[in-house]
Amino acid sequence: MSFVAHLINGISLGSVYALIALGYTMVYGIAKMLNFAHGDVIMIGGYVVFVTASGLGINPLAAIIVSMAACTVLGVTIERVAYRPLRGASPLAVLITAIGVSYLLQNVALLVFGSDTKAFSNVVTLQNLELFDGQLIIKSVTIVTVIVSIIIMVGLTFFVKKTKIGRAMTAVSEDQGAAQLMGINVNGTIAVTFAIGSSLAAVAGVLLCSAYPSLTPYTGSMPGIKAFVAAVFGGIGSIPGAFIGGILLGVIENLSKAYISSQLADAIVFSILIIVLLVKPTGLLGKKALEKV
Amino acid sequence: MAMLEVKDLHVHYGVIEAIKGISFEVEQGEVIALIGANGAGKTTTLHTVTGLIKPTSGSIIFEGKDITRTPGYKIVPMGMAHVPEGRRVFAQLSVYDNLMMGAYTRKDKNEIKENLHMVYERFPRLEERKTQMAGTLSGGEQQMLAMGRALMSQPSIILMDEPSMGLSPIFVNEIFDIIKRVSQSGTTVLLVEQNAKKALAIADRAYVLETGMISLEGDAGELMHNDAVKKAYLGE
Repeated sequence: MSFVAHLINGISLGSVYALIALGYTMVYGIAKMLNFAHGDVIMIGGYVVFVTASGLGINPLAAIIVSMAACTVLGVTIERVAYRPLRGASPLAVLITAIGVSYLLQNVALLVFGSDTKAFSNVVTLQNLELFDGQLIIKSVTIVTVIVSIIIMVGLTFFVKKTKIGRAMTAVSEDQGAAQLMGINVNGTIAVTFAIGSSLAAVAGVLLCSAYPSLTPYTGSMPGIKAFVAAVFGGIGSIPGAFIGGILLGVIENLSKAYISSQLADAIVFSILIIVLLVKPTGLLGKKALEKV
Repeated sequence: MAMLEVKDLHVHYGVIEAIKGISFEVEQGEVIALIGANGAGKTTTLHTVTGLIKPTSGSIIFEGKDITRTPGYKIVPMGMAHVPEGRRVFAQLSVYDNLMMGAYTRKDKNEIKENLHMVYERFPRLEERKTQMAGTLSGGEQQMLAMGRALMSQPSIILMDEPSMGLSPIFVNEIFDIIKRVSQSGTTVLLVEQNAKKALAIADRAYVLETGMISLEGDAGELMHNDAVKKAYLGE
């Protein structure tokens, strides 16, 4: 029974990675850049919920919505101020800027909230699920995390494939110049992508902090990197790839912790990434770049 | 007043001046050819007109409005479409979705449907392959798709950049037939071509571009018999 419990916890952790990875993969797919500040947006989202729910005492659900709004504004602002002026610059300049923004967010959080760990109160206050006469207890936050992630993944896939703005995103991701010749506002489309990615980061932040209730300015950093790994693992740019990559990463990490060594868990996760990339450099679901005929 | 008026246009790539002060006009209903060798600045000119590149100086007036500094995506709904060099269809979207991207700035669903019907009539092959990913089409089919896509914006002028490049001779003839028909249906055409012979044959007037400057201009039929043009571009 403990294996099932570890597996379920892994899927839950993986769902959080998947949510974060969706943000990475969408931004990469459309703006062709790695937004390394994405993990820190999660942390800011966590603090917003902490301040509004625990501090101001407002309803947790309302706090989540406030946090999503705050992260959306933050993400769009970062894009506008830090990334847009670099459009057309070398990818290295953009990457370094993203790392800079990441440190900026961490240090602003350090300044505002201090370095002490905040005890985050779980916002998912539903009954835990007990199965097999209490032999298997599944925490409600685990269930909610998995369900929320699946809904978001399906919703996002539908949004990209079926809506006009979603198809505009695909067009921009393929060829910004040609997209502009269709009358698509490329900058606007990229801003929408950042808005979606960042609001997902807020959701991920809440779920992450609910499952692991300690919040520091560095909370988003490691999950951010792991979610990036998940996105690459699944094939960066692919929405289902990010989802599958995230879940697999969470499961591998949790099972390694349970059965091999909790110290080595991260090493094992990253080794598997290296092996996957050696065998399939585009990731599990990654597309090969289509050659123009 | 001309439909499209380009005046003393200068374009730089960094410190290199690619376009060194060109002026030209396109009248309503005309087919204008812009011919010249590789690197003469033909593509740069088109890109500047549709706002993909910003000029250093000069002006572009389209139907009386100054569009020199207008963002490219706002020029499309004004009635200007651009079929870019190398087709640049959206490979991961279906043929149908590519065509709908062309109608991106339009709102009226019924008009779009009618327009789609018209494009399918003109390019029956696109209708046969409407669910296929655009990346799987042949070069000639992709060129048709790029043209159909541009027509979906219901343009009053259509800019075409090397539409015959890399196509088999049969397709080249077909593409020029299509350009002729597009023009006959009332759309103004600004055509950039390396295939000067074919371009001059369907054009009303033409401009010859040489290292960023216009070296010759005039009636297409006359240019075809101009000795300098014959020698440099017609291989005679």
